[in-house]
Amino acid sequence: MTHVFRDLLALEPLSAEEITFFLDQSKPFQEIQRHPLKKLATLRGKTIALAFFENSTRTRLSFATAASRLGADTMNLQAEASSLKKGETLLDTANNLNAMKPDCFVMRHSSSGAADFVARHLEIPVVNAGDGTHEHPSQGLLDALTIRDRKGSLENLNVTILGDIAHSRVARSNIHLLGKFGCRFTLCGPAMWVPRELEKIAPGTPVRCVYQVEEGLRDADVIIVLRVQTERLLEPSLSHNDYILLYQLNAARMKLAKPDALILHPGPINRGTEITPEVADGSQSAVLEQVTNGVAVRMAILYLLTTGATEDSHPALGEKT
Amino acid sequence: MLLIKNGRVLDPATKTDSTRDILLDGDRVKEIAPEGKISSSADIQVFDASGLIVAPGFIDMHVHLREPGQENSETIESGTLAAARGGFTVVCCMPNTKPVNDNASITRFIVDRAKAHGHVHVWPIGAASIGSKGEDIADIAAMREAGIVAVSDDGKPIATAKLARQVMDYCRSLDLPVIEHAEDVSLAAGAVMREGISSTRLGLPGMPAAAESVCVARDVQIAELTEGRLHIAHLSAKGSLDQVRFAKQQGLHVTCEVTPHHFTLIDEDVTYDSRFKMNPPLAAREDREALLQGLADGTVDAIATDHAPHEPALKDVEFDKAPFGILGFETAIALSLEQLVHTGKLSLMRMVELFTTGPARVLGKERKLVTGAPADLTIFSLDRPWTYNVKDSSSKSRNSPFDGRSFKGGPAATVVSGKLVHSLS
Repeated sequence: MTHVFRDLLALEPLSAEEITFFLDQSKPFQEIQRHPLKKLATLRGKTIALAFFENSTRTRLSFATAASRLGADTMNLQAEASSLKKGETLLDTANNLNAMKPDCFVMRHSSSGAADFVARHLEIPVVNAGDGTHEHPSQGLLDALTIRDRKGSLENLNVTILGDIAHSRVARSNIHLLGKFGCRFTLCGPAMWVPRELEKIAPGTPVRCVYQVEEGLRDADVIIVLRVQTERLLEPSLSHNDYILLYQLNAARMKLAKPDALILHPGPINRGTEITPEVADGSQSAVLEQVTNGVAVRMAILYLLTTGATEDSHPALGEKT
Repeated sequence: MLLIKNGRVLDPATKTDSTRDILLDGDRVKEIAPEGKISSSADIQVFDASGLIVAPGFIDMHVHLREPGQENSETIESGTLAAARGGFTVVCCMPNTKPVNDNASITRFIVDRAKAHGHVHVWPIGAASIGSKGEDIADIAAMREAGIVAVSDDGKPIATAKLARQVMDYCRSLDLPVIEHAEDVSLAAGAVMREGISSTRLGLPGMPAAAESVCVARDVQIAELTEGRLHIAHLSAKGSLDQVRFAKQQGLHVTCEVTPHHFTLIDEDVTYDSRFKMNPPLAAREDREALLQGLADGTVDAIATDHAPHEPALKDVEFDKAPFGILGFETAIALSLEQLVHTGKLSLMRMVELFTTGPARVLGKERKLVTGAPADLTIFSLDRPWTYNVKDSSSKSRNSPFDGRSFKGGPAATVVSGKLVHSLS
């Protein structure tokens, strides 16, 4: 069976087989991260547009590093420097970047569906690097890769997501991806951040919303701690002190989860807010592995989308420059 | 003179449902007679309506013609042509133009433009408050002299309960209905669709059904207090409909309208395509079921399109940045047939009522096919197969979610003041 991906806009429409394919294709790129010389010639001559209409440090650097290690060139657009402030529409900006003939359009935008909108207008592959509160597919894939490496499998895990689920694109991508492998979700946080509708966004995936952290952490195999983010909140948020009192992941609360529970965080961490430093830096935390895996996953994404490679072909790992 | 021959004449006011010939002389109905009784002569233009329904001219009591001020999106000329092609003979244009229709000179401008360039009758609706800002009451009596048929701050609700009280009190003395865009703006702030599983899945900010029904509750209470005439525009939520039903049972002068898109589509149909973005947003499955029930049982008084053109440059943006609103004229009859009549939910007579006597009654007008009545007729087919291609629309805008949809039945000809302003044949 072969897989051809035109764009990567969301994980929701992908099958478990397609996701496994992405993860398997990431493995050789994980190897590359351990080599002393990390640069390949696989995408030499290709250009990747990195259009970040919303502030991002980690994801933008991760995609840029992935492109660089594949031998591709990058075109960078950042919100501050963009012409959007001058009144240009997203479509005009995308068309202008596209006129410089990139081979792939990686974009982040604060509007849900913005990548979907651009993909409808561009011929080249579009990669969603996070759209509003919708999805963050590369983050979902790197989380899955990290979990699969640590747990041996993605099947039938109890996954707890802690924090502001309503405004989290990471949570949605995780639910859609891991749900396809039989994982059961517990979403935990204050009621206004954990609307009941979340239980039904992925038909077939067991999702329950709880408001007590003790109940949320019980029997968890994986705990995904979300950043308490203020930039996307549309309503008054919970007070900082109340959040820490009720939901902060600390050593005492970790005892409620399974002894080998894995902790993920999409970053950047607010130390001392959603998670205590000792838990964030402890042996159960995979936070830095996520970052390393992020480069590998994004190399696989750029490789597969720009070359149209299928399961039958493999990246030219030997061709170092 | 124009003779409409062999059509199946449907008139809710006179409870007529039979084959009749109708002779129009100038802007009045001259004679209605059994088929073949009216002999034609050289000075009579004949329209053969065999196999077609002939009804009193349809009224669309909620439209946006964008003139003055946003002529790139629509003009009185282009909008009324689209209305004629959609089978409407009267459209009531909302006051949220630029500038807002809050005084008699703007009203007169609209009336004059409509007389000069309009393809159908235009009955303006005046702003309830100056600039629709929700502060001071507009020149409602002067606008009434100039031709308004109702007041509304449409696009937003009448800002406060106190102002709603004042406007309803005042309009009771002027015998005008107050049309309310019911929305609690604090509950709806920032929202771009209905709150629910779909909005949560799409990551789009949603407004709960209560954003509408909270305001309907307020206004029904004010209608009771003032004994004024309250009409709820583009009602979309079951909770709102329940309150209108209750108000009617109490004998209050409360009426409501429903749009074709709200009885056809639901929030589950929304994609990131801004043609699915309108306010009130597409509602939940159970809301649509309730609207269909309300259309059938008489709780709903009118079908109105909320025709809201926006030029392509405005709509071709990120979903959350696009303006609210979709085109409505050219698909209204076809959607009504598809959703209401062909499904057996409503009789054809009831559907016609929702476009004629229903809105007329809300506006304090009469709609009746008798000798001497206005020579306005809507002629439509029950079964003609056709496909809506928005690129062929007479509107200046293209924002329809129904582009490419195939229909069974739709408008065939439109007669305004005794003239065929639209005809397929």
